[in-house]
Amino acid sequence: MKHKELRLSGSGGQGLITGGIILAEAALHDGLNAIQSQSYGPEARGGASKAEVILSEEAIDYPKVEKSDILLSLTQLSCDKYIGGLKSGGILIIDESIETPDRDDVTIYRVPILDTATNKLNKSMVANIVALGVINKITNLVSKESLEKAVIGRVPKGTEELNTSALYEGYNLIN
Amino acid sequence: MASTLVKKYFREDTLPHIWCPGCGNGIVTRAIVKAIDSLGLDKDDVCIVSGIGCSSRAPGYLDFNTLHTTHGRALAFATGVKMANPKLNVIVVTGDGDSSAIGGNHLIHACRRNIDITTIVFNNNIYGMTGGQYSPTTPTGDKGTTAPYGNLDANFDLCELTKGAGASYIARGTAYAAKQLEKYIADGIKNKGFSFIEAITACPTYYGRKNKKGSAVDMLQTVKESAVMDKAWDKLTEEQKEGKFKIGKFHDVKKPEYTEQYGKLIESFNKGED
Amino acid sequence: MTIKLMQGNEACVEGALRAGMKFYAGYPITPSTEIAEISAVELPKIGGKFIQMEDEISSMGATIGASLTGLKSMTATSGPGFSLKQENLGYGIISEVPCVVVNVQRGGPSTGLPTSPAQGDIMQSKWGTHGDHSIIVLYPNSVREIYDITIRSFNLSEKYRTPVILLLDEVIGHMRERIEIPKDAEIEIIDRKKPTCSPEEYKAYEVKEGEIVPDMAAFGSGYRYHVTGLVHSETGFPAGATKAEGLMRRLIDKIEDNTEDICTFEEYMLDDADTAIVAFGCTSRSAKSAIKSLRKDGYKVGMFRPITIWPSPEKQLEKLSKEVKRILVVEMNDGQYYLEVDRIAGKNTKVEKYGRLNGEIIPPDEIISVVKEGYNG
Repeated sequence: MKHKELRLSGSGGQGLITGGIILAEAALHDGLNAIQSQSYGPEARGGASKAEVILSEEAIDYPKVEKSDILLSLTQLSCDKYIGGLKSGGILIIDESIETPDRDDVTIYRVPILDTATNKLNKSMVANIVALGVINKITNLVSKESLEKAVIGRVPKGTEELNTSALYEGYNLIN
Repeated sequence: MASTLVKKYFREDTLPHIWCPGCGNGIVTRAIVKAIDSLGLDKDDVCIVSGIGCSSRAPGYLDFNTLHTTHGRALAFATGVKMANPKLNVIVVTGDGDSSAIGGNHLIHACRRNIDITTIVFNNNIYGMTGGQYSPTTPTGDKGTTAPYGNLDANFDLCELTKGAGASYIARGTAYAAKQLEKYIADGIKNKGFSFIEAITACPTYYGRKNKKGSAVDMLQTVKESAVMDKAWDKLTEEQKEGKFKIGKFHDVKKPEYTEQYGKLIESFNKGED
Repeated sequence: MTIKLMQGNEACVEGALRAGMKFYAGYPITPSTEIAEISAVELPKIGGKFIQMEDEISSMGATIGASLTGLKSMTATSGPGFSLKQENLGYGIISEVPCVVVNVQRGGPSTGLPTSPAQGDIMQSKWGTHGDHSIIVLYPNSVREIYDITIRSFNLSEKYRTPVILLLDEVIGHMRERIEIPKDAEIEIIDRKKPTCSPEEYKAYEVKEGEIVPDMAAFGSGYRYHVTGLVHSETGFPAGATKAEGLMRRLIDKIEDNTEDICTFEEYMLDDADTAIVAFGCTSRSAKSAIKSLRKDGYKVGMFRPITIWPSPEKQLEKLSKEVKRILVVEMNDGQYYLEVDRIAGKNTKVEKYGRLNGEIIPPDEIISVVKEGYNG
């Protein structure tokens, strides 16, 4: 890994910004550089929302994601909106509630992220952490230990165990 | 020979002041100084803040920590001073236009916070320094250079305004009854909270001439005759109230003071660390 | 050494606290709001004071009032709020009150583009308040630099007794980035000089031999003096026209005569460059990325990045104008700093502008095309 750009998308309230922050913090634990940014204003409330993360072994100059290497979408709306911004040869990770888009130039993973959070963990709020497990299992962006440490460092007190299991459920969704 | 009051509290080398002959500002300024003297406050512990206008020149003549700010903003600066050092007795000197037109927003919010600042409005019903334009306290129908056919605006009752906004001490006095005004100011300074004292004064140069109110002495006489103590006021018929105004201490209540509340917040963190 | 992921606006508050900020007055406006929010959380914990004022005008007034009473003070705003600050900013300049005014810029004029980034307040930050004056304006380009430059803003304001404007980009203010919090030994903190004479001898606006600015006593410290927005003499009392020229000259010169100390900048790959990009804030990051790519293709391009944009680094820009064939000023506006660069460098070399007004950061690809278009290596 030299330089990777990610876009985490879904609807407001799905915790994608926190997800982006956790991933960036995990990268710092690994000694990498990281930048996380997000959409602000009316765009951040309802509709499609996104968090962007850049991870790099070198200094990161341009702080925005133009074409992402990896796109996560948890809603149809966000997938439709951001699919055009995914690089050819990139990785698309979508929830299984989303229709597989017509992109034969990217690798697509269709995974039951929301279902795992809601029905297996009984907490729809942890979908973002499940998603992080899925992303990291596929891409190996950061070390497992750093990601777990970052999750525990960011989630509300008392929910560490729930969120750690969410992370591992995410890992388990990919063989 | 200068009085002991002048010697003790005025910066003699900044005198003479800029006010016109017959202006009531000198009387009100003296009342402020007398009030401070009666309370025995240390000059180093008093900060007088003003905005822009005739009355706002007063702090420059007085030997305290003095701050002559921008038009209407005295209370904004004073809020910073008081927050930074709550031990200071902060007094704001302002005019009717300065406090209730351009500075109206700051006035109502300082009242709402009940921050421990004593504000004295020199109300002469006109913008004097700019040459006689009508202000928010110019009576409807009266003339100013920008109300050549008579003022169409309704005027503010500043004491009612500040009461509605949450001030804890409110009084109105006059430049004629200087002793009484002094007492109101002293009580206002003693009050731990926002105190508002309206001092009715006269501008013979602009308001007086524009409205044919006679000489400075005539105008002060009119102030005396028009001022009615609040108890007597309540017994007047609407007709009798015509052309008159109410004076007195209108409001004096205890409620939480802003810097004290903030001090408690800081204290709660200090305790937390122990 | 602490390494953290930190938001730019948060780094601004952290830097301010490190510099000794004890007072903050502000009014909510995006994209600067986090600066107020974090100040509200942190200040009471250290015995400092936070107040949300009724508007931007009073926030600026309270900031000055608190500084006169001895506390290092800051306020932050954006867009229309910066316009409203200008009245009392001028007061801070003429009465020589140290304070820091942060402007996290957004598109304008008026409500404009809330809250997309723009670099449209370059000229307003210099000339926003009425009348002749000089002012210090600093412009960092990363989260770490926001931390350092906020401290520097306080230091310069204390040293030169003047409000310092810290211009930030929404892009940096809102993004989170790796930051290494520097150790105490790496940081210099400057405090205003207090009078050592007796209160009777104290002349509030007298500059002593060998000093740049008058000593500053706090209200309530036993030195009773007068502060006014009027032209005043060494005593601080209103003085009229005879004193105007002298006072104005002193206020302007205390900044303009010390540009060596005040101006900092970054030079990137300029040694052999025939083309120089001038850029600041987030745009300089796009430019750096573009330069790395252009260099691989053999283009001799470098960058001059002013970190102090006002006073402008005149000497360095003049030197640069004699060394390169072309200067391209890239900024997210219609060519504001270009006017200053062209004034200094235009007589010696070709100065061009490239800007954007659509509320989006200029991507490296665009800069690459513009450089290639007029390239004459």
